[in-house]
Amino acid sequence: MIEFHSVTKRFPDGTLAVDDFSLVLPSHKITVFVGTSGSGKTTLLRMINRMVDPTSGSIEIDGADIGTLEPVKLRRGIGYVMQNSGLLPHRRVIDNVATVPMLRGMPKKKARDEALHLLDTVGLDRSLANRYPSQLSGGQQQRVGVARGLAVNPNILLMDEPFGAVDPIVRAELQQELLRLQQELGKTVVFVTHDIDEAFLLGDQVVILRTGGKVAQVGSPAEILANPIDEFVATFVGADRGKRSLHLENHGDGDIVVDETGRLAGVLVGERSSAGSESKAGPRGPGASAQGGDSR
Amino acid sequence: MTWIWSNLDLIWDRTFDHLILSVPSIILSFVIALPFGALAHRYRTSRAVILTTVGLLYAIPSLPLFIVLPFIVGTSIRSPLNLIIALTLYGVALMVRVVADGLGSVDRDVQQSATAVGFSGWTSFWQVELPLAGPVLLAGLRVVAVSTVSLATVGAVIGAQSLGSLFTDGFQRGIQAEIIAGTLATVLLALVLDAILVLIGRLLMPWTRRSAIGVRVRPDTVAQEVTA
Repeated sequence: MIEFHSVTKRFPDGTLAVDDFSLVLPSHKITVFVGTSGSGKTTLLRMINRMVDPTSGSIEIDGADIGTLEPVKLRRGIGYVMQNSGLLPHRRVIDNVATVPMLRGMPKKKARDEALHLLDTVGLDRSLANRYPSQLSGGQQQRVGVARGLAVNPNILLMDEPFGAVDPIVRAELQQELLRLQQELGKTVVFVTHDIDEAFLLGDQVVILRTGGKVAQVGSPAEILANPIDEFVATFVGADRGKRSLHLENHGDGDIVVDETGRLAGVLVGERSSAGSESKAGPRGPGASAQGGDSR
Repeated sequence: MTWIWSNLDLIWDRTFDHLILSVPSIILSFVIALPFGALAHRYRTSRAVILTTVGLLYAIPSLPLFIVLPFIVGTSIRSPLNLIIALTLYGVALMVRVVADGLGSVDRDVQQSATAVGFSGWTSFWQVELPLAGPVLLAGLRVVAVSTVSLATVGAVIGAQSLGSLFTDGFQRGIQAEIIAGTLATVLLALVLDAILVLIGRLLMPWTRRSAIGVRVRPDTVAQEVTA
C-alpha cells in the first residue's frame, strides 16, 4: 500500500507541480494517474521512488516513510518502466533485464537465467535475448522494459506512459498483456497516462488530475463515468460530448455503432439485446462491446 | 630509394623511439582528461574554468614549451620524459573538451532511467554514461593520436630521437630520401595507431555496429569538428 499524505511539490523555478495531494493506493491493484501535461502526474509517480522529493508532506510504503530510506536502495526494490523503454542501448536484451538484480549483488549467471524466464513471462522469444535494444521493434522494446521492471520481483511497479510511443495496435496488445500479467502477479501498479481510454481500461482506481496536481476525481472507471463530479471531469472523460453515448445505425450491409457527433465508432459484436434498428449502447453496455474506432 | 633500403634499421629504430614518445602520451592524455572532462561536464562554473584553461594550454607554441618544460619539472632537455609530458599536455588540451562533450551527448532519458532503476551516481558514470560517450571519446582519441604522432617529430629539433630526426638529419646532410622516408613513416605510424584505436573501439563497443540508438555519432564528423 502506498500512501500520500498532503504532498506538495514546488520546483525551484516556482512551478507548483503537486498541491496538497493525499491518496491511498491499494496493494495488488492498478492505480492510474491521468491528466493533461502539467497535471503533475509524472511528478507524483517519481516521488514514489524518490526521483523527486516532495517539498512538504510525506509518502509511506506499507507504513514506512520513504523519506527516511536511502534512494538508491529504494529504487532497486521498485520496478520502473518508462516511455521509449529507457533500456540501456549498449547492453543486450538479456543484460538489460539482468541489470538490477546484478546491481543488488546477484551472480551474473543466475541473473541471466532468471532474465530468460522473464522474457517468457512478458511473451518475448528467447532468440531475442542477445540482441541490442535498437534491433527490436518499439513493442518488443517495451516488453523488455516490463521484464526489466519485474526483474527484482518488486511489490510495486511504476509505469510512466509506458505505451505512449507505440502504434495503436501494439498498444492494445501491450495493454491486454499487462492485464494478463497483473492477474498472474498481482503487483501494486502505479500507471501514468494522458489517455483516458487507457486509464479506464487498466485502472482499478483512476485518479483524474487537474493542472497543478490537484485531484479532480478519484474512483473506479464505472463510478467516474456514471457520476463525473464536475464539468472538467465530464469534459475529460468525454461524457459531455456524447462521445461515450453510442447508438446503432443501419448502413444496409450491417449495423454500425455511431457516436452522437455522427462519427463511426465501430461495429456491434455478439448478441443483440433488442431488435430495434437504433438502440442505445454504452461502451460497457450489457451484452455489447464496441470495437475499434476510438484508439488514439 | 637505395638510402631507404640500406637504412631500414635506422628507420625502424626511430619508429620505435617515436612510439615510446607518442603511445604513453596518448594513453596519459586520455586518463588525465577523463576526470577533468567529467568535472567540466558536471558543473557550469567548472566547465567554464576548465575548458578555458585547456584551451589556453593548446595555444602554447610547442618549441618554447619543449625548452621551458625541463626547467619546470627538472628533467634534462633531451630526456624523452620531457617530451612525453609536453605531448600529454597537448593531448589533454584536446581531450578534455571531447570528454565533456561526449558525456553531454548521452541521452538524458537513458540516464534518467538508469537512475530510476537504482544505479548510483558512481556506477551510472562507469556503467552507463562513460560507455555511451564511447563513440565520441573514440573520435576525440583518434584526433589526439594522430596529432601526437605528428607533434612528436618536433622533438627532433631539440635533439629528442624520433622519426623527426630523419627530417633534421636529412635536411642538414642534404639527403632527400631520408626526409621523404621520415615523412612517410610518420604518416604510416599515425595511420596504424588510428586503425588500432578503431579496432579497440569495435571490440569495446559492439553495439555501435548495429545501428544503435541512444548516442549515435559518426566518429569522422566529430573528428573534423575537433580539428577545425
